[in-house]
Amino acid sequence: MRKLLAATCLGAMATFAVSAANANDALDKMSQDPKGWVMPAGDYANTRYSKLNQITAANVGKLQVAWTFSTGVLRGHEGGPLIVGNMMYVHTPFPNKVYALDLNDENKIVWKYEPKQDPNVIPVMCCDTVNRGVAYGDGMIFLHQADTTLVALDAKTGKVAWQAKNGDPSKGSTGTSAPLVIKDKVLIGISGGEFGVQCHVTAYDMKTGKQAWRAFSEGPDDQIMFDPEKTMALGKPVGKDSSLKTWQGDQWKIGGGCTWGWMSYDPALNMVYYGSGNPSTWNPKQRPGDNKWSMTIFARDADTGMAKWVYQMTPHDEWDYDGVNEMILSDQQIGGAARKLLTHFDRNGLGYTLDRVSGELLVADKFDPKVNWTSGVDMDKNSPTYGRPKVLDQYSTDKQGEDHNNKGICPAALGTKDEQPAAYSPDTQLFYVPTNHVCMDYEPFKVSYTAGQPYVGATLSMYPPPGETHMGNFIAWDGKTGKIVWSNKEQFSVWSGALATAGGVVFYGTLEGYLKAVDAKTGKELYKFKTPSGIIGNVTTYENGGRQYVAVLSGVGGWAGIGLAAGLTDPTAGLGAVGGYAALSNYTALGGTLTVFALPQQ
Amino acid sequence: MIRFVVVAMAVVTSGIAFADGPGDPTAVKSEDGKYFDKDGDPTFKVAPDGTVDWYTYSGYRRYHSDCHVCHGPDGEGSTYAPALKNSVKNMNYGDFLAVVASGRKNVGTAQDNVMPAFGDNPNVACYMDDLYIYLRARSVDAVGRVRPAKHEDKPPAAQQAEDSCMGKR
Repeated sequence: MRKLLAATCLGAMATFAVSAANANDALDKMSQDPKGWVMPAGDYANTRYSKLNQITAANVGKLQVAWTFSTGVLRGHEGGPLIVGNMMYVHTPFPNKVYALDLNDENKIVWKYEPKQDPNVIPVMCCDTVNRGVAYGDGMIFLHQADTTLVALDAKTGKVAWQAKNGDPSKGSTGTSAPLVIKDKVLIGISGGEFGVQCHVTAYDMKTGKQAWRAFSEGPDDQIMFDPEKTMALGKPVGKDSSLKTWQGDQWKIGGGCTWGWMSYDPALNMVYYGSGNPSTWNPKQRPGDNKWSMTIFARDADTGMAKWVYQMTPHDEWDYDGVNEMILSDQQIGGAARKLLTHFDRNGLGYTLDRVSGELLVADKFDPKVNWTSGVDMDKNSPTYGRPKVLDQYSTDKQGEDHNNKGICPAALGTKDEQPAAYSPDTQLFYVPTNHVCMDYEPFKVSYTAGQPYVGATLSMYPPPGETHMGNFIAWDGKTGKIVWSNKEQFSVWSGALATAGGVVFYGTLEGYLKAVDAKTGKELYKFKTPSGIIGNVTTYENGGRQYVAVLSGVGGWAGIGLAAGLTDPTAGLGAVGGYAALSNYTALGGTLTVFALPQQ
Repeated sequence: MIRFVVVAMAVVTSGIAFADGPGDPTAVKSEDGKYFDKDGDPTFKVAPDGTVDWYTYSGYRRYHSDCHVCHGPDGEGSTYAPALKNSVKNMNYGDFLAVVASGRKNVGTAQDNVMPAFGDNPNVACYMDDLYIYLRARSVDAVGRVRPAKHEDKPPAAQQAEDSCMGKR
């Protein structure tokens, strides 16, 4: 009987695997059609690059608003819409509405989904009630709600197909990130690094919502899905208990390492890439050790979840430099050899380029010259500290100890770059990176853990680098050499995801609310338009009826809405030093709007 | 403007009415390093050279650990939570303690403002007076937007209260 069952199961699985592969091919193929935008980053490689070229550096100056859409929600609007065929799917922050708009029928609302969620989840969300978007796969739209419910909606009707509970908000888990569909699975991370959550990435069966695998960021080998002999770190097997050995006692159980950023996927290697966030608490003295695998780039087998390689960027974090930012996959030549690369702009201010097959570290350089907590990463393969950043004692909040105010650390806790994703253009072979240009004072102190309550343990105050008045830059970066090619100053942090296009134009939004277009080669500003509210959303492009459109969500908020709403202070200049650090609230107000641009019709 | 919108919303939808403000914040007496106004409510003390009392300083630190992720730096508010330096102008000491301990909800059509109950969180509950004193000082601009440069030594009474409050949990 048992044998028979097993055989039947196997047969069913084999059949399923074939159809899953087809579904995957279909989505992969759809993502290569530049007319649509079928996954959060546009493609599996997270390039945020479009082959559309109707809008060019020569004509972008004539861009006009084609249509607008109010989401009816006022909180911070991160992420961007999906475009699948003639349908556009627009998501909102809490209460996490989803609108399906028909682009062929005057952008009419075909259906709207609004979940009923307990509002008590709101204060458990650190830094506003943002949501970074929905995913599409096999005729369904997948949404990760604030209360961690992963829901599958029929893309045609909005009807709920299934729901899965991904975490427990009463213990501090929340949902903010966008899912990624790979083959027959939906992958999703989780938030709660300021609440001592043991975070994970989980894969759910796309058809049923049944959990396929769950890989934690810290814990025993089986929980983190590591093979001590086969999972590699910088060319060596990680060995047994690679995470447990780096925590004191049971602290890994409240260790954070949250997974609220973006995921990318290489179909040829069948590997999924993502980063983990800060170890909990923000007081490093309270959690001795490297706190593995917080602050880590993970490469996992997409089918099984098993880790192929890992690289911890910031061992024993002392500044809240989450490692969750996107991993952009590109194929470029380094030293005359073709390499499969992964490029990542970390909160800690370093731009990393790794070999995405092996996890070999190729480049680690500062993408803002003001970064000062480290003198750089040890690139000597024979050194015992190979791959580790050298921390300057002066800026080590652990060395200086509890109740000591560490001044002038750059970048601030929000990082040289946060979740706002960069773009990569294969035409210029440059990365276009929205950045923060902010420093901080950081004072750690003792806190106690209560389930479901903030577990922070540090005070911080933020300000622009001494002597400067701008708080952001939009830069072009050469990932092969680790060099800034050009850099545009922005008054506020650039908290909007970039878009690169074959028209030689790069787009991004600003916190004051401008959508800007710049020349991909030089960074020269070609166009700007002030949308109704500050932009923390990501710029998207699509084609409909033979016309190229550019779309972006406005709606100021997120962490930028906390730190910058009231303006920053300059502690070195004393009181009353506003001027360049003027309040964002003098420039923009709340409002959730999608603004869509196109060239004027002939 | 952002701040105004949020505060206005709170007033319209809260249903919680605060009758009185906190009154004159002038310190008339001190007890073990903590200062009190004429009504016996805790208050701040700033010396002519800018030295603040211990509780104002401690409140600054606790605020920027547990409150500022929603309410913004220095009590200035954010895009989604009110500026507490203004809120405390219309709340007396008792109102303040009640809201921090029990939380509050302002649910409207355009957005939902929800503050959690901090009564069970020792990182907040053990420092309610500190937070109140700091925000009261901010509300009348007795201390500015930056970290107080000089402060009185930590009184033994503050250490004892902290040990017993944090330790018993």
